[in-house]
Amino acid sequence: LSPWVPVVGLEIHAQISSNSKLFSGSQVQFAAPPNSLVSFFDASLPGTLPVLNRRCVEAAVMTGLALNCSINKKSMFDRKHYFYADLPAGYQITQQRIPIAVNGSLSYSLCIGNKMSQVVTKTVRIKQIQLEQDSGKSLHDDTRSQTLVDLNRAGVGLMEVVMEPDMCCGEEAAAAVRELQLILQTLGSSQAVMAEGQLRVDANISVHHPGEPYGVRTEVKNINSIRFLAKAVDYEIQRQIEELENEGTILNETRAFDSKLGCTVPMRDKEGKQDYRFMPEPNLPPLILYDAKSLPANMNHEQVINIDWIHERLPDLPSVKRAKLVEQYGILPEHSFTLLNEDGLTEFFENVVRQTQMKPRKVIGWILNDLLCYLKQHSLTVKESPVSSFLLADLLNLLEKKEISAAAAKQVLTELWKGEGKNPLEIVKEKKLELIQDQKELEQICQAVIDGQENEVIMIVLG
Amino acid sequence: GQPLGVLDGIPIAVKDNFNTAGIETTCASNMLKGYISPYNATVVQKLLDQGAVLLGKTNLDEFAMGSGSTDGVFGPVRNPWSYSRQYKEKSVSKSRSEDEESNWVITGGSSGGSAAAVSSFTCFAALGSDTGGSTRNPAAHCGVVGLKPTYGLISRHGLIPLVNSMDVPGILTRCVDDAAVMLGSLAGHDPKDSTTIQENFKPFELPDLTDVSKLSIGIPKEYHAPGLSGEILALWSKAADLFKNAGAKVIDVSLPHTHYSIVCYHVLCTAEVASNMARFDGLEYGHRSDMNESTESMYAATRREGFNDVVRGRILSGNYFLLKQNYENYFIKAQKVRRLIANDFVKVFRSGVDILLTPTTLSDAVPYMEFIKEDNRTRSAQDDILTQAVNMAGLPAINVPTALSERGLPVGLQFIGRSFQEKQLLTVAKWFEKQVKFPMIQLEEVKRLDHGVFQHEKSASFS
Repeated sequence: LSPWVPVVGLEIHAQISSNSKLFSGSQVQFAAPPNSLVSFFDASLPGTLPVLNRRCVEAAVMTGLALNCSINKKSMFDRKHYFYADLPAGYQITQQRIPIAVNGSLSYSLCIGNKMSQVVTKTVRIKQIQLEQDSGKSLHDDTRSQTLVDLNRAGVGLMEVVMEPDMCCGEEAAAAVRELQLILQTLGSSQAVMAEGQLRVDANISVHHPGEPYGVRTEVKNINSIRFLAKAVDYEIQRQIEELENEGTILNETRAFDSKLGCTVPMRDKEGKQDYRFMPEPNLPPLILYDAKSLPANMNHEQVINIDWIHERLPDLPSVKRAKLVEQYGILPEHSFTLLNEDGLTEFFENVVRQTQMKPRKVIGWILNDLLCYLKQHSLTVKESPVSSFLLADLLNLLEKKEISAAAAKQVLTELWKGEGKNPLEIVKEKKLELIQDQKELEQICQAVIDGQENEVIMIVLG
Repeated sequence: GQPLGVLDGIPIAVKDNFNTAGIETTCASNMLKGYISPYNATVVQKLLDQGAVLLGKTNLDEFAMGSGSTDGVFGPVRNPWSYSRQYKEKSVSKSRSEDEESNWVITGGSSGGSAAAVSSFTCFAALGSDTGGSTRNPAAHCGVVGLKPTYGLISRHGLIPLVNSMDVPGILTRCVDDAAVMLGSLAGHDPKDSTTIQENFKPFELPDLTDVSKLSIGIPKEYHAPGLSGEILALWSKAADLFKNAGAKVIDVSLPHTHYSIVCYHVLCTAEVASNMARFDGLEYGHRSDMNESTESMYAATRREGFNDVVRGRILSGNYFLLKQNYENYFIKAQKVRRLIANDFVKVFRSGVDILLTPTTLSDAVPYMEFIKEDNRTRSAQDDILTQAVNMAGLPAINVPTALSERGLPVGLQFIGRSFQEKQLLTVAKWFEKQVKFPMIQLEEVKRLDHGVFQHEKSASFS
């Protein structure tokens, strides 16, 4: 049986973190009362016109630069037409002809090997980033045969990031998205919280034999977390392989991921292929961006968008941050991944290191194996940790000064976890966990043990 | 107290495709019957801020589609000149009652209501809109000044669009000076309309031109269009001579792509219409059908019930041209032809011509009964020929009432100027207006049509 090559591409919609929407002044806010953040333009009242939000453009430029894209100094807006209850104007304003950024790349890493200790770096090409409007939300109430429409989200700015089909499995897709998420959060261009719909991922999946042309691809939607992304992709790859090996065919269709069943199912048929009748958006002139060379003499960065000015002010991206952590603290690369992956963990770690004499290389073990373990078990975030960096540093100092053993320290940590307000020293005293330093005392204890177990001692001596 | 502005106390009328806060805005369509707009169009707000008094909203062709103002849901607009002594004296009549019932003439369109309002002295000025001639055409038929400003000079925010890339608010007044005053109150950048120019606009007073010897008037030969009445041709020639005799340079020029403008307009207009009308789905505002078996059936019924045949015809055509397989051959091609048409004007103006002089309409106003013998599309194609290319090029143009026809009805001539050179355009128009001394409408009796009883009311007698 010849091997199958799975091919995975991603279309990611990231909601732009801005105060107001892409083309209107209404506020952007999660979970506000229905239809309370809707301007006349958002509701498509006749005669209203779009006005481009500068902050959204900056967010897209930052993201494009962070993903090594070419920023198009001239990009255009288009209308994409279809009828749906959550699309009041009957069209979405997007960038179909010339998007704001093209031809970038994203490097992400996987931890492989038997101890997940080998870090492999991969790259996925970014085809383009385009600015577009988000739609409203519609809720279908089948029992009452009605649809409820909330337009709060209608018109919120989105960056659509298109990743070329350079990935081959769920793990890679998940790692790529995770890295993108970290980048967006570092830039501040999107909060990228999947649970709040700020990051939505659709996967395009196909399989083929090596040397043969790409197979028919399916689009998988309704993926609500990074974990489900990996599952959905792997399931779909498997499904396609099985289908083809059983002489079946793959339909070019859209499928939804059912998280309860862990499988993909065909979505409701949308009456064949949609023709979106793309047309230039006549109410928005071409978007012109400048760089240091093309900036007109009498304009500054406040009047227009200067790509170079933005570039100079980009914060350290995750990959740079990780490298710095490894260099500064002597930790392993895979440690740096975990530190960045957990919101607030890097800060926690650095706070502990600052407050303890223990070497960072040893501290990291306590952070990743003990603290993080507890947090995960109790589904807590770092911010919610009952053990503060101060307390942990305190505990590690006791260990470092050899006042307690490692085993005792773990016991203390368990106690600290209860969050009863005691500090490590108090717990040590309470539970008498102090390491006995006095040689004579130790000899006495050992002797007492030996004296109490005469039979065992004879057996041991005899071998 | 202090006057609010130069228009304080001046009664004006506004075409019913401009949003007026708290006042029904219908576009003469069932789709928006009863729709109370929650905001003022920018131009309306500007007039109100100056102290202008809004007398009412005026009738039009449904959604501004038409050249007769006959296809709105409130019925056709009657040209006030139908009741003028000048017209009645010239018309061959059998009986009085038959005259007025079968002989009344159209206003032209689509801003017929606004033109009629100004023409009949019910207001001093009115707002219309101009996409293919919709302000200049009825101005010519009603014997008033109709100004189409340069695209981008006056805000379209709040003007319910027909073709976003060609629409402008139009100004209808009784004399050129009044048009300059209105322009001064309306022109200028609007942050709510991204297609308005950024530069500051300075209102101007029109100088009294006495010396036209430095002027170069172009006579484009293609405007000697098929169907142009002998009468208007003669008038046009007479006007050219007027300039020549006063010392101006009058030269024949060519705008070779003129005859493509109608078909080009048809493609671009219907495409934008299809897009702009997509928002009328009955969900957020406007008419909603009782049909509620499904969202789709509700859309279909709502749009069938809400739109007249003209609108629906254009939507269907437009969608056809926007289909993926047709887009290149129709829409893109039409855009290219549009560029050629615009370049014709650029070349002529670059060659030293200051102003172009052309007829505005092919003939004087036809009787309604004759007009409706042809369908809207045919009529529009015929009537727009002399005005449409100007919208393609975004140039300013003005109709100046020139003389009465043999039938006693107004005939106007059109002046076309350079982009944003309204001052020069209006200065020349004012000079011409002074030369021709167009007669005032003489409205004597106004027959009460409802009771069929004659009432010899003497409305203000102007002789």
